[in-house]
Amino acid sequence: MQITKKTINHVANLARLNLKDEEVNTLLTQMGEILTYIDKLNSLDTSNVKPMEHVKPISNVFREDVIAPSFNRDDILKNAPEKEDGAFSVPKIMD
Amino acid sequence: MEYEVVIGLEVHVELATKTKIFCDCTTEFGGEINTHCCPICIGMPGTLPVMNKEVVDFAIKVGLATHCEIANFSKMDRKNYFYPDLPKAYQVSQFDLPICKEGYIDIEVEGKTKRIGITRIHMEEDAGKLIHSSFGTGSLIDYNRCGVPLIEIVGEPDLRSAEETKAYVEKLRSIIQYVGASDCKMQEGSLRADVNLSVRSIGEKKLGTRTEMKNLNSFKAIVHAIIHEQKRQISEIEQGKKIIQETRRWDDDKGKSYAMRSKEEAHDYRYFPEPDLVPIEISNEKIEKIRLQLPKLPHERVKRYIEEYNLPSYDAKILTSSKDIADFFEQAVKSGANPKKASNYIMGNVMKLMNQFNDESIPFSGEKLAKLIHMVEKNIISQNIAVKVLQYMYESKKDPEVIVKEKNLASLNDEGELNSVVETTIKENEKSVNDYISGNLKAIGFLMGQVMKQTKGKANPQLVNKLLKEKLEKMK
Amino acid sequence: MTIEKLHVKLINKEIKVEELVDSYYKKIKKSDSKIGAYISLCQDKAMIAAKKAQLKIDNNDNVTMLTGIPLAIKDNICTKDIITTCGSRFLETFEPPYNATVVNKLYEHDGIVLGKLNLDEFAMGGSTENSYFKSTKNPFNLERVPGGSSGGSAACVAADLATFTLGSDTGGSIRQPASFCGVVGLKPTYGTVSRYGLVAFASSLDQIGPITKTVKDAGIVLNAISGIDRYDSTSSDIGNIDFNENINKDIKGMRLAIPKQYLEGKISPQVKESIKKALNEYEKMGVTIEEIDLKLADYAIAAYYIISSAEASSNLARYDGVKYGYRNKEFSNLIELYKNTRSEGFGDEVKRRIMLGTYVLSSGYYDAYYKKALQVRTLIKNEFDEIFKKFDGIIGPTAPTTAFKIGEKNNDPLEMYLGDIYTVAVNIAGLPAISIPCGFDDNNLPIGLQIIGKAFDERKILQLAYAYEQKTKLYELSKEV
Repeated sequence: MQITKKTINHVANLARLNLKDEEVNTLLTQMGEILTYIDKLNSLDTSNVKPMEHVKPISNVFREDVIAPSFNRDDILKNAPEKEDGAFSVPKIMD
Repeated sequence: MEYEVVIGLEVHVELATKTKIFCDCTTEFGGEINTHCCPICIGMPGTLPVMNKEVVDFAIKVGLATHCEIANFSKMDRKNYFYPDLPKAYQVSQFDLPICKEGYIDIEVEGKTKRIGITRIHMEEDAGKLIHSSFGTGSLIDYNRCGVPLIEIVGEPDLRSAEETKAYVEKLRSIIQYVGASDCKMQEGSLRADVNLSVRSIGEKKLGTRTEMKNLNSFKAIVHAIIHEQKRQISEIEQGKKIIQETRRWDDDKGKSYAMRSKEEAHDYRYFPEPDLVPIEISNEKIEKIRLQLPKLPHERVKRYIEEYNLPSYDAKILTSSKDIADFFEQAVKSGANPKKASNYIMGNVMKLMNQFNDESIPFSGEKLAKLIHMVEKNIISQNIAVKVLQYMYESKKDPEVIVKEKNLASLNDEGELNSVVETTIKENEKSVNDYISGNLKAIGFLMGQVMKQTKGKANPQLVNKLLKEKLEKMK
Repeated sequence: MTIEKLHVKLINKEIKVEELVDSYYKKIKKSDSKIGAYISLCQDKAMIAAKKAQLKIDNNDNVTMLTGIPLAIKDNICTKDIITTCGSRFLETFEPPYNATVVNKLYEHDGIVLGKLNLDEFAMGGSTENSYFKSTKNPFNLERVPGGSSGGSAACVAADLATFTLGSDTGGSIRQPASFCGVVGLKPTYGTVSRYGLVAFASSLDQIGPITKTVKDAGIVLNAISGIDRYDSTSSDIGNIDFNENINKDIKGMRLAIPKQYLEGKISPQVKESIKKALNEYEKMGVTIEEIDLKLADYAIAAYYIISSAEASSNLARYDGVKYGYRNKEFSNLIELYKNTRSEGFGDEVKRRIMLGTYVLSSGYYDAYYKKALQVRTLIKNEFDEIFKKFDGIIGPTAPTTAFKIGEKNNDPLEMYLGDIYTVAVNIAGLPAISIPCGFDDNNLPIGLQIIGKAFDERKILQLAYAYEQKTKLYELSKEV
């Protein structure tokens, strides 16, 4: 399948990545090759095959509704790049 | 040109589980910022979700109470998008196999019953909260709420007015409270309604372009927002403009809605099945077991109150409008209160106080109301005093006997004591006495009022009336 | 030095734990500047743990096979208060406030963690060249890659810089580096080892496993780290088993399948030769080797790259500069924060996979790619299930070549992906597999033999691997760097 620059830029936006022009070009080639390779799957007949989402056929794994102590706020914020008044901080969000 | 409005609701309800959906952190409301968190609900690298069993049970209960079909096979999916209140940059929700679907609830508007369809109910996790920084430079994020379990109830676009919408949300809230799945407190955010609204000319079968309105925190806001948006859309159409499909944020203070810039971009959520969670299989046996565990729903209680307690249907409907009130009423009756009297106090006084203090639940037990009613029946206090005592009970949660004692509100039933007050009143109010004697029987009312004033309302009115009449007759 | 041998020495008081740990640090100081297996060391913590372990040995208090044994951990496994980088600029300073379940288990066994090991960034790669920090070198030849993504883990064991290490395997990341570095690498059945604390790459494929000098050692480590975990919904209740319980038993009469596709195509002649010799050895031991037609062999890589990239694109979306990790300083709004941070925080291979994964999940493409890949997954699993009805294991090479030169495959990602040909199908089907050394090529580079087993049948593949190992004694080749 042919992939276009427009698609690459759209996907980059969805994935929140900046791509320089050279990167877009490189990806155009590389992703193009990879997607062409992946297309070989089309030669397999999967018309009546169920998609396998989990390798093991288990279901119903639950936990009991019992409270355990939460983590110390210091541990929660320990790695925060920016924090203020006990909260994580980001640029002002306009609504 | 006549238009009709078409409304469909998406209602998000925070479930009343003790812990979050995927971790053991508490779901308790309030709490200092970021103190109800752990690596799992913060989405730290390497963490994994484990499903809270109560979430599934609650979802099934709500589904059964709204006549939905419960899925024997259900799964969780990832809904991928970037926003700071979403730590994993995906929300675990349900996409194509929701736990419940195809249900309905019946609402009553102006005496008519109408059936509103429920398309589906699914489970998902809540996001964190954005707060504005006190320095004004950025937005702050509190993840306490992140991971609290939600059910999303998607309704069919069957609503045709603000009143119907209000009735729908009230009924839904009542049902959910009754099965114990949530306290549905709109002010605390445990019930949130998003309104999808479009208009079309009457007779037109096709749906118009709809807008979505968010941030509707109360019934008033829902009603106002609908009325406003309906007007706005009609006005746009009549000016020849096209309705833009967008999300609008309602500002109740300003009475207006605003298009939300951040949500304008069409989302490609790239749903795929959540690989860290396994599917949920619910047997028909389990569904039946849960069905049997369901408490009596509002309309069943209405029937019982009418038949067993001989209450008028009007009373029964008001008492069952919230589970809290119905439970309170039943508690009072179980403690010996006369049902009609209890009903009168609740409808006339208790609910007024709830409104005044903006409470969604009653802060004292039905037992105490029963005691109060008995005290009036035994003439320990008068009816008027009882209303005062009730207010004190509401505010202090104390027993009526304790309050009456502390505030010295007991009825004056002692003839001797009352006699002296009556005599004093007669002496001090010659004009009224003469009016009465000369035939204006209504003047006794004024004299009674004076006695009540003297005794600070505690005098037994019937006794006062009797004594006054006796003395006045003698004076004739 | 193996776990088995060291354990005996320790309980016989021939050496003390502190001495042992110290000797490893000396070796690391001497050799690791050349090899680059370690990203970080935690000597202070290790010495404290060593003292504690020695006390337990002295008092005969709950001594396990791993008590006092020095080990190291791939740096995508969370260690509390010890920086866990995932080989990425993004997590260069990230200190998890919690331990991965496997780490807790190793602490409970009083294993001594020496440090964290280099890897391809976020476990994506087959050469460890994608690490933000450094390239690890193959101890057999410093101009060659150790394989990846657990390159640091494999090189470390090969160069005796730890007694054993933990790696992770999503498409071959334990087995291929083990093969390139002449050591043993075991990928357990999906669900056998808890993934809690393993920084996710592809959730339905990832597993943590041991890299060791010998087969028995692999079983010993697996015993310690396996088991159902309440924090991992996908973990299995394997009960209380000893994975080495059948290791000494005779393998005569067992049947191994060799897919004909494995010895055709792009395989190096010397690797092919070596595998054939290995098959011969098995036949001498009374094992029946039969050629089979693994029809789906050619489709596994395509399915793998769709599934793993899709899951990775979602798993790596959380790296956004908000809660932890790298944050770019130049932005004027939220979107810029996200884009600048992610573009600078991630390396090229990671970005490539995120792009591929985002694309295959995006609107309009889901059915053609992701759903299709999941259907192929069903077919692959079914094909394996059929084979295991008649065979005890599937045998073949771990990789089509020996270690390639550093920089050789940098410009051709697809070429790199094709090297996973023998390993990815195992992850897709969730099966266990072990790679053991089976010889060297003319450049003295190790060649690896892979044995794939039925789900939860690690005991059998360990048994099969052990028999070969004991007969050929290849492990006794120690490496002086």
